[in-house]
Amino acid sequence: MVQDRETSSPEMNLEVEGVWKAFPGVQALADVSLQVRRNEVHAVVGENGAGKSTLMNILSGVYAADRGRIFLEGQEIRPANPKHAYNLGISIVHQENSLCSNMTIAENIFVHDIPSRWAGLVDRRRLGAQTQAMLEMFKIRASPETLVRELSVGQQQLGEVAKALACQCKVLILDEPTSALTDHESAILFDRVRQMRAQGTSVIYISHRLHEVFRLADRVTVLRDGRGVGTQHISETDVQAIVRMMVGREISQFYPDKGEGHGVPVLQVCHLTHEGSFEDINFDLHRGEILGVAGLIGAGRTAMALAIFGAVPGVKGEILIDGKLVTIDSPNKAIDLGMSYLPENRREEGLFLDMTVQANIISSHLDAFATGPLMDPLKERSEAQRFVDALSIRTPSILQKVLNLSGGNQQKVVVGKWLSTKPRILLVDEPTRGIDVGTKAEIHNLLRELANEGVAVLMISSELPEILGMSDRILVMHEGRVMGVLPADEASEDAVMSLAIGS
Amino acid sequence: MATEEMDRAEEGKGPVWRTVLTRVMRVREAALMLFLLLVSFVLTLSTPYFLTLQNMRVILTGLALDAVIAVGMTITLVSGGIDLSVGSVFACSGIVVAKLINVGFPVWSAVLVAVLVGLGWGLLTGLLITKVGINPLISTLGTMGMARGVVYVITSGRVLAGLPDSFQRVGQGRILGVPNVIWMAAVVVLTGDFLLRRSRMLRQVFYVGGNERAARLSGININRVKLGVYAITALLSGAAGVVETSRFASAISPMGTGKELTAISACVIGGASLSGGEGTVLGAFFGLLLLGLIRDGLILNDVSVYWQQLIQAAILVLAVAFDVLTRRRRNV
Repeated sequence: MVQDRETSSPEMNLEVEGVWKAFPGVQALADVSLQVRRNEVHAVVGENGAGKSTLMNILSGVYAADRGRIFLEGQEIRPANPKHAYNLGISIVHQENSLCSNMTIAENIFVHDIPSRWAGLVDRRRLGAQTQAMLEMFKIRASPETLVRELSVGQQQLGEVAKALACQCKVLILDEPTSALTDHESAILFDRVRQMRAQGTSVIYISHRLHEVFRLADRVTVLRDGRGVGTQHISETDVQAIVRMMVGREISQFYPDKGEGHGVPVLQVCHLTHEGSFEDINFDLHRGEILGVAGLIGAGRTAMALAIFGAVPGVKGEILIDGKLVTIDSPNKAIDLGMSYLPENRREEGLFLDMTVQANIISSHLDAFATGPLMDPLKERSEAQRFVDALSIRTPSILQKVLNLSGGNQQKVVVGKWLSTKPRILLVDEPTRGIDVGTKAEIHNLLRELANEGVAVLMISSELPEILGMSDRILVMHEGRVMGVLPADEASEDAVMSLAIGS
Repeated sequence: MATEEMDRAEEGKGPVWRTVLTRVMRVREAALMLFLLLVSFVLTLSTPYFLTLQNMRVILTGLALDAVIAVGMTITLVSGGIDLSVGSVFACSGIVVAKLINVGFPVWSAVLVAVLVGLGWGLLTGLLITKVGINPLISTLGTMGMARGVVYVITSGRVLAGLPDSFQRVGQGRILGVPNVIWMAAVVVLTGDFLLRRSRMLRQVFYVGGNERAARLSGININRVKLGVYAITALLSGAAGVVETSRFASAISPMGTGKELTAISACVIGGASLSGGEGTVLGAFFGLLLLGLIRDGLILNDVSVYWQQLIQAAILVLAVAFDVLTRRRRNV
C-alpha cells in the first residue's frame, strides 16, 4: 500500500514508508507503512509481539529505523531521541507510567516546558493556572500542587495524557491508555481524544480492546509478525474481520500428537482471587493433559501461576490437590506437593547465571542430593549429567557457567532443574520464549511425553500457534478473569482471540 | 574469549602440562598460593628475619582472629550481603566478657554471655535486613555504630583489666608449642571451608547470593538463610573478641577497629564476589595471609606504621577493581 509521493494527498499528516527494524534474533518490523490523516483517530492493532510498540518507539525517537522514511506534514523527519520527536510535534503516552510520583501534578505535566520568569525561575502562578485548566479538561478533582503519588492509578494515567498534550502536538500516540482506567475515566479520555481530532491533531491509538477501537477510531491498521496486514475504514469492517486479520496465518510448525482424553483431576483451583491481578479463577487440571492458558499480556496468567505456586502472599480461594484441600504458602511447600514452576523470565527468575550447569540443575531440591546435613558430590554430578544427556544440553562440561550457554540451552537447564524434582504438576510459563526453532520442538515433544507419562501440565503461552498446537484444552483469560475453557478440537485462533480480547 | 580458550584447553588440544596448568590456575586458591610463594620469596631476599619460625608464628598469631572473622564475612559476601559490624561486635563481646568477670561472674558464664551478645547483634542485623527490609550496608552500619556505642557506655573509655589467669590461659596458652589462637583459627577455617563447600544449609547461601528471586522460586527460604548468615558472622566475631580480651588480659574500647576492612579485603582477594554467589573460606584465608605477609614485610623493612593502613585499603580497592573488571569482561 505504498503510495507515490506525487499522489500523496495533502490531508495526510503523518506518513510512514516501508520501515524495517531488527533486534538481535528478531525481525521486529518488516516493510511497515502507515498513513495517518489530520483529524483522524487511527487505531493500530495486533497480537503481542506484532510490532506495534516498536513502530511507536520509532515514531517517538526511542529507536532508529534500520530502513524506511517518515514524513510529518510532507517533510521527512528523523526523530533522534524522544525529546527531538516531542519538539517535532510527536507526543506519546506510554503504557507504563512515566510520571515522577514525588513531584506535583503541575511539575509533571509541564516537565518539558516549565513556565519561567527572568533568570529561569519558575513562574508558579502561570504554572498553577495552566495546570488547573488541564485538570479541569480531564475532570481531575485535585489541586495542581498535589503530589502525583496521591492520585489514583486512573488519574495518573489521565495526567499522563495531559502531560502529552502540554505541547501543541501534531501527532498524539496513545499506547494502551485505558488499561488502568475505569469506564468513567475512559469516557473522559475519549471525549478529549475526539476534541483533539476536531482541532486537527492526528491520534494514533493502540489497544487490545477492539470494542474501544470500534467506538473511537476512524480507521484501523493491523500488524502481524512485524508486517502490515492492511488498513480498513472502521465503518467498512467488523470485529470478526479484524481478529482474522490479526491471527490469520498458517500453523507452519508440527506439534506432537495430542493426548488421549484426560484422567482424574490432580489440581483443582476454586475462586482463586488476588486483588488487582486476577479474580475468581476456577479450573481443574487433569492427570496426563496439557492445559493451555491463553490471553494477552496483562491478563493475569503469570500472577495466577505464581499464586498457585505459593509465591504470592495474600491470595484468597482454595486449591485442592488429589481432592484434598492444601495450603500453599511458599514455593517450598508447592515443591513438596509435587509442583514445579518454569518461570517466564529464565534469566531473572529461573537461572543462577554465574553458577554452573550442575548447581542450577540441583537447585530446586537440595535435600535429594544430600546425605544427612552434607551434600553428596557424586549424586549432584550424576543428576546433572543425567539431564545434560537426557535433554541434550550442549555444554562443554556440567561445570560450565550457565551464562556461557545459548538461550535455548539455558532454557533446557531450567527445564532440567524443574524436572529434577519429579513433579506431578508442571506449571510452565512461556516455555519457548526467545529460543530457536529446533529447541522449541524438543521442548514441545518433552512436554507431551511428560503428559503421556501422567504429569499434569499447565502451559501459559502468548503464542497462539503454540497454544493450539500443544493443548488438550485451552483456558482463556482476559483482565484477570477466566473467559472460558475450550476443548482443543473446538478451538480456533479466532475463537481464542475473541475470548482473549474480552468480546 | 578467555572461557573459550579454556574450554579448548579442556578438550585436550595442546600439551598436557598446559591443560593441567590452565585448570590449576582457574582455581583462585591455587593462583593465590603461587602469588604467596612469590611474595615470600621476595621478602626472604629482602630481610633475613622473614624466614624464621619466630616470624612465622608472629604472622599467624597476628591474623588468627581475623581469620575467624573472615570465615563469617565470606559467608555473608556469598549471600550477596556485607557486614560492616564485625569489628564493633568483636569489641562488644570482648568488653562484655571483661566487664562481667570484673563484676564477679564465673569465667565460663561470662564467656557464654559475651558470645551470646555477639549472636544477639547478628540476629538484630538479620531482622533489620529481612523483616524491615533495610539493605545490609545500612543495617550493619547501624549495628556497627550501636555495638561500638555499647562498648563506650560500658567502659566510659577506660581499660578493663584485672582478669584471672584461668581466663587468660584461653588466649595465651599453647598446645604442642603452637599458640591456642592458631589452633582455634585452624579449626574454624578448615571446618568453615568444608561446610561452605559441602553443607546443605550453607549451599543455600550460594543460591540466595546468586539470584535471590530464582532462589525463592526454587523453594529456598531466603529470610531464614539471611538471618542465619548474619547470626553466624556475628557469633564468630563475638567469640573472636572474647579470645582477644583473653589474649591481651585486658579490653580497651577501640579494640577491633578496622577489622571489617581487613576481613572484606581478605575475602575479595580470595575470590569472593561482592555481588554474591561466589567465594571460599580457604580463598579468604589465603587473602588474609597475603595481607599479613605484606604487613610483615613492611614492618621488617622499617616502613612507617602510618603507611600500613593506606596500603591495606589500597589493596582492597585494587582487589575489588580487579573483581569488577574481570566480571564485566565476562558478561559482554
